[in-house]
Amino acid sequence: MSSALKIELGRRYRFSASHRLHTAHLSEEENCRVFGKCNNPHGHGHNYVVEVGMSGDVDPATGMLANLADLDAFVERRVLEEFDHKSLNEDVPVFRGKVPTTENLCIEIFQRLKTFPRAKLERIRVEETGNNSFEYTGDHPEGNRT
Amino acid sequence: MVLLTRKIEFAASHLYHNPNLSAEENRRIFGKCNNPHGHGHNYTLEVTVAGEPDPVTGMVLDLKELKEILEREVMQRMDHRHLNYEVPELAGQIPTCENIARVIWQLLEPKITQGKLHRVRLYESPDLFADCYRNGAGPAGKP
Repeated sequence: MSSALKIELGRRYRFSASHRLHTAHLSEEENCRVFGKCNNPHGHGHNYVVEVGMSGDVDPATGMLANLADLDAFVERRVLEEFDHKSLNEDVPVFRGKVPTTENLCIEIFQRLKTFPRAKLERIRVEETGNNSFEYTGDHPEGNRT
Repeated sequence: MVLLTRKIEFAASHLYHNPNLSAEENRRIFGKCNNPHGHGHNYTLEVTVAGEPDPVTGMVLDLKELKEILEREVMQRMDHRHLNYEVPELAGQIPTCENIARVIWQLLEPKITQGKLHRVRLYESPDLFADCYRNGAGPAGKP
């Protein structure tokens, strides 16, 4: 019976960063119209929450799908160290040419975490605020680039 | 199909220890969760049932009945208990979130006769949870 059950592990992490929604493909006016106050030239920030969903077999010896210490260290190295207290536009290379919306942030984080060796990354959900969240499950071509 | 979710909370203690491993390995793998005297959590359980609302009552299932099933199967078994020593269904297993979620699924699935159990989500803390699904059902939007 249990072999027919699927277990997923969810873990939440936090980082704080600034961003500005702006694209060189649009005029100043259009940027202002499309992105509203998120286009403020000096940027603004959020306390982001990242929810990581992993699936896999539960090891009978440990009862674990993935050792949390390994997962935490991986996320810390691949995402938190590079995003926390940073400007997403200036400090994260991929966002020099791409608008750092939370949609794109989900895809970028998925890309960074999908090589976790001990479980399969199923989804990334990012809360930009308590009222806005975005979820990505790996089906966008950008998220699957190697 | 409509998904209905009911949430309950219970408090329990546990520890992680595998008698087949050395004391050192237990400490390395399980860290502070290996403390021999145990520790505890306020667990939050979300149980999601899928079904079509009954045309007469408008309900997927009677919430009172689900509440009673959760009380009987989960609260009475696990609330204010030591999960390693007092829950026979977990005997021989490390009481991780993953394993507890699976045991709760196994306890609930046969009892839910209206609608179908869709997901069991067990939070050990606000930042750590495990989901259990019937294989192939998958999270919403991902069959």
